[in-house]
Amino acid sequence: MFGKLTLESIPYHEPIIMIVAAFMAIGGAALLGALTYYRKWGWLWNEWFTSVDHKKLGIMYFVVALVMLLRGFADAIMMRTQLAMAAGGAAGYLPPEHYDQIFTAHGVIMIFFVAMPMVIGLMNLVVPLQIGARDVAFPFLNNLSFWLFAVSAILVNISLVVGEFAKTGWLAYAPLSGIEFSPGVGVDYWIWALQISGIGTTLTGINFFVTILKMRTKGMTMFRMPIFTWTSLCANVLIIASFPILTATIALLTLDRYFGMHFFTNDFGGNMMMYVNLIWAWGHPEVYILILPAFGVFSEVIATFARKRLFGYKTMVWATVAITLLSFIVWLHHFFTMGAGANVNAFFGIMTMIIAIPTGVKVFNWLFTMFRGSLELTSPVLWTLGFIITFTLGGMTGVMLAVPAANFVLHNSLFVIAHFHNVIIGGVVFGMMAGLTYWFPKAFGFTLSEKWGKRSFWCWFIGFYVAFMPLYVLSFFGAVRRMQSYSNPEWQPWMILAWVGAVIIMLGIACTIIQFWVSIRDRKQNADVTGDPWDGRTLEWSTSSPAPFYNFARLPEVGDIDSFWSQKQRSNEQLSEAPYTDIHMPRNTVAGPVISLFALVLGFALVWHIWWLAAVGALGVIVSFLARVFNDDIDYYVPAAEVARIEREHQQRKTTLTADDTERQQQDYVEARA
Amino acid sequence: MQRHTLWRRRGTLVLVVLCLLLTGCSSALLDPKGQIGVEQRSLILTSFGLMLIVVIPVIAMTLLFGWRYRRSNSVAKYLPDWAHSNVIEAVVWIVPCAIIAVLALLTWQTSHSLDPHKSIESDTASMEIQVVALDWKWLFIYPEQGIASVNELAFPVDTPVRFRVSSGSVMNAFFIPHLGSQIYAMAGMDNDVHLIADEVGVYPGRSTNYSGAGFSGMTFDARVTTPAEFDEWVASVRASGETLTYPDSYSDLAKPSEYHPVEYFSAVSPELYESILTSFHTGGVGHGGHGGHSEVMGDVHDSHGESGELESASATHHQAAFGHVTNQHASEDRAMNGHPTSVEAGG
Amino acid sequence: MATNTLHHGATADAHEHHDASGTKVFGFWVYLMSDLVIFGSLFATYAVLMKGTAGGPTAADIFELPFVLVETFLLLVSSFTFGMGVLAMNADRINQVKAWLAITFVLGAAFVGMEIYEFQHLIHQGYGPDRSAFLSSFFTLVGTHGLHVTFGLIWILVMLVQLSTKGLNDMTRPRILCLSLFWHFLDIVWICVFSFVYLMGVL
Repeated sequence: MFGKLTLESIPYHEPIIMIVAAFMAIGGAALLGALTYYRKWGWLWNEWFTSVDHKKLGIMYFVVALVMLLRGFADAIMMRTQLAMAAGGAAGYLPPEHYDQIFTAHGVIMIFFVAMPMVIGLMNLVVPLQIGARDVAFPFLNNLSFWLFAVSAILVNISLVVGEFAKTGWLAYAPLSGIEFSPGVGVDYWIWALQISGIGTTLTGINFFVTILKMRTKGMTMFRMPIFTWTSLCANVLIIASFPILTATIALLTLDRYFGMHFFTNDFGGNMMMYVNLIWAWGHPEVYILILPAFGVFSEVIATFARKRLFGYKTMVWATVAITLLSFIVWLHHFFTMGAGANVNAFFGIMTMIIAIPTGVKVFNWLFTMFRGSLELTSPVLWTLGFIITFTLGGMTGVMLAVPAANFVLHNSLFVIAHFHNVIIGGVVFGMMAGLTYWFPKAFGFTLSEKWGKRSFWCWFIGFYVAFMPLYVLSFFGAVRRMQSYSNPEWQPWMILAWVGAVIIMLGIACTIIQFWVSIRDRKQNADVTGDPWDGRTLEWSTSSPAPFYNFARLPEVGDIDSFWSQKQRSNEQLSEAPYTDIHMPRNTVAGPVISLFALVLGFALVWHIWWLAAVGALGVIVSFLARVFNDDIDYYVPAAEVARIEREHQQRKTTLTADDTERQQQDYVEARA
Repeated sequence: MQRHTLWRRRGTLVLVVLCLLLTGCSSALLDPKGQIGVEQRSLILTSFGLMLIVVIPVIAMTLLFGWRYRRSNSVAKYLPDWAHSNVIEAVVWIVPCAIIAVLALLTWQTSHSLDPHKSIESDTASMEIQVVALDWKWLFIYPEQGIASVNELAFPVDTPVRFRVSSGSVMNAFFIPHLGSQIYAMAGMDNDVHLIADEVGVYPGRSTNYSGAGFSGMTFDARVTTPAEFDEWVASVRASGETLTYPDSYSDLAKPSEYHPVEYFSAVSPELYESILTSFHTGGVGHGGHGGHSEVMGDVHDSHGESGELESASATHHQAAFGHVTNQHASEDRAMNGHPTSVEAGG
Repeated sequence: MATNTLHHGATADAHEHHDASGTKVFGFWVYLMSDLVIFGSLFATYAVLMKGTAGGPTAADIFELPFVLVETFLLLVSSFTFGMGVLAMNADRINQVKAWLAITFVLGAAFVGMEIYEFQHLIHQGYGPDRSAFLSSFFTLVGTHGLHVTFGLIWILVMLVQLSTKGLNDMTRPRILCLSLFWHFLDIVWICVFSFVYLMGVL
């Protein structure tokens, strides 16, 4: 009846898990209670869950990502604590059974459920606005993508209290992840969480690729697109070309585990090297899916706050395209030590280094954008400067790892851990924090507290170096990744130092939470009534903040790169002036959440081998999808009068802001930043 | 405030470099005890130095430009529309290209000179040690001496050693940090790495590739001895009286165990390593539940004639496999086919 | 969103149209490219594992070319009949469209039926997908194609229903175009399967 699921599957005898579960339950109950008490369910369902508005979906991606960041970071600090304790024969407080799940969960959560949703959330929020579109090409699919991702995140969290998570490392290398060596349900949770969210990601990739190619406003040629849009385009190309490999690879592992097939088994002709090749053929492009949009954020931030055109726009574009192409022919550098021949290793090593060239050029372009600019040292700029320094160091260690003969001693050591945190924290996290601060007013209509933003930056920046420089040092002692304890007591001081770094990063996360709290509290003072708080350059700043659901009352026309900026230089004319026409918009959809809910049921049932429930889930997915297919009532028109009313309100808010108010606000703003 | 920032950043950098330098004396990679390790250290330091040519100016420029062109500095020039310069473009392309060109040359050379499969030239005759990763311990087989040990490795100083590396379980990696290169241990695959030690001593070795619950305890000591001491060690192993037969006592040993104590075997089954390798090629050996297919296997066996062919065929499929997998992009097809992997056939 | 709702005809500015036909078909084409990557991965897997017979049967032992030729023929003809259906759609002849789709459905169903028979036959002989890596990859590659065709059959049924209830309109036309792309795509994939798996396996 319940497959492999029994009461024993719930680890009630594990105090740590039960405490976490209790917190989750209390927090969840409090949230649900508050929603019920304030009668917000209808609002949540109608305005958010079923929304096809790309801006709201972007916000929801970020909300889930931030919640998962807390979970992923809790894993991180538990690991660092364990390693700070478990020296010289000490066992620490986490047995391998737990520790192995934690580092697997940390990697999976941070990449798939924090970094990816932040990047995709930012794309959602910004790209249609930057290209002057009313929505994405396929709004329903966009909602479906989000929910497929969200239910996968739920599935990962279920694994915490029902059963276990994978104990295989985040990429679940075969044959360790095969049924012979991992008979538990952990790998199955991994499989279904990644499979479901991966399909959502592929849909997102297709959606945004088509959106950027087909939905640009009049006059916006490819070489007038903002850099963030360019980097998003390239990231989506990478998604379309690489995520299907992940889908296929996970499917093959599934067949091995569920049907006794022999793709990656030790015997019967299986080949584990093929798994490693396939997973990295996806995995390497994946890291560029994360970093390219972050590069885009930095380009926008640095040009805006330096009040200067981006240096070398075309170079930037071609460098991005070059990185996109090269990212597909470097995957073997993740396993030089597999024993391929010298020529193969050298080829992939050199290809990897070549990526450093366009990346280096980008760095110089950002530097020369600052050169002869007028740089306002806001928190997004601090994140950017911190990024340039940190990422350059990370790039350096990356090139060192790319030399196969050096890789033979650095591979699988803490050097690798330090390197990829160096580029992912320094690149993706800093980029997402910069992007969050930069575009926050466009999403919510008020700016974030600068004071707490800067505090967060300094904690992250210093915390990163304190946490990860010791790992570089330890790698030279011979310390490897994924070890739960170590015999050499000389390593312990460095491990404790790394723990201190993690605590400093925790303070950074706390600062961000306080930043949200303070900013929401002071939202009236920090309101952005103009829609253009930073004196921006691209189209998203030409509409009100928060942007109306139809984005633009009249679709803008573009004649140049940074068109909005040059338009402001010429005149004060507003884009959103009458006369207005009716606007065609997509309707909200219940299909997205419903299909995904059935997908969750399907995934959970498959994890536990509850076949009847799996059938219910599968049937539910199919039927609810068909219901959507047979629904004709999927769009509507916003009458011109309604558009005029909304636009009038925006203008009124702008003008009722008297000169005094403006002055006072600016004063507050300046003070807040000091 | 801003100056403060500047110093803090620079301070961090200095600290990092200092750390690396200070720890140099006691660290395995910066204080290697073998020729391969020595060459790899100089390779790491060379590439580090080459990269600094770009990294230091970038960090300096970041701090300098960030400070110099801050909005409150009214002295600095402000050119809002300046966004192109052929000279700067040329420099920022040429400098990284030049550095990478040098590094690429270095990479090409060292990939060949430090190829783990390449034997080390030496006046002393080389020896072979067969390494099998098990859950979660290391089995070392000495084919020339006919002995084996678990979690302890010994070999004479200044003698090139060819480690043939495989696995009886999941993937692991065989690594002695003081001596250099690691290599993956994979079931059914006959991998190898050549190492040499220049100095007598005991060097820690371990698996670097995560392999499950007992991974942290999958360590061993590599005893680099004088030739005389090595003979003594062999004698002490021979004195143990335990024998390692395939498949019986091997499958006992192969059962998962954590922090396995050092064990000596005075005698081993002939071709033990090869037996372990090929046990994965046909499928079914020691893996219950598939017995129903045995007659099918027998048929094909017959049709192929001699038994050895089956083994080598299966092993070469691994070899071919590798080439194919790395071949998903047509453009590299030729590059790969020309250079078959040196992962060798078993048996 | 407190906006009034009213339905417009097809007069709205095409530029603002969200699911404009062209965008839909282009988007579907991009999806097919991503699907192609899945098939590419499976072909690569097959190429790697085809010698991994682990003492079990080889390709030459189990493939029956004449049988597969019939399958191929069915699918090729079904592509042609679908093409006729699209031509009929362009000529606004809805009954012909339905007729051609129905014929395509029958041909596709026959193809799937033959494939199921082949699989069942192999499994019955003891050559199931759990016998060896070669058979795992063979069943998976061919089976994935078969699943796609099955999905296409369901889609054809849905379109037949929609053609009957809704007729040919802005919603059904791009769907039939997408379906035809899908069907031809599967045909091309099958030709690769036929030559790469069956033909090369037997030769």
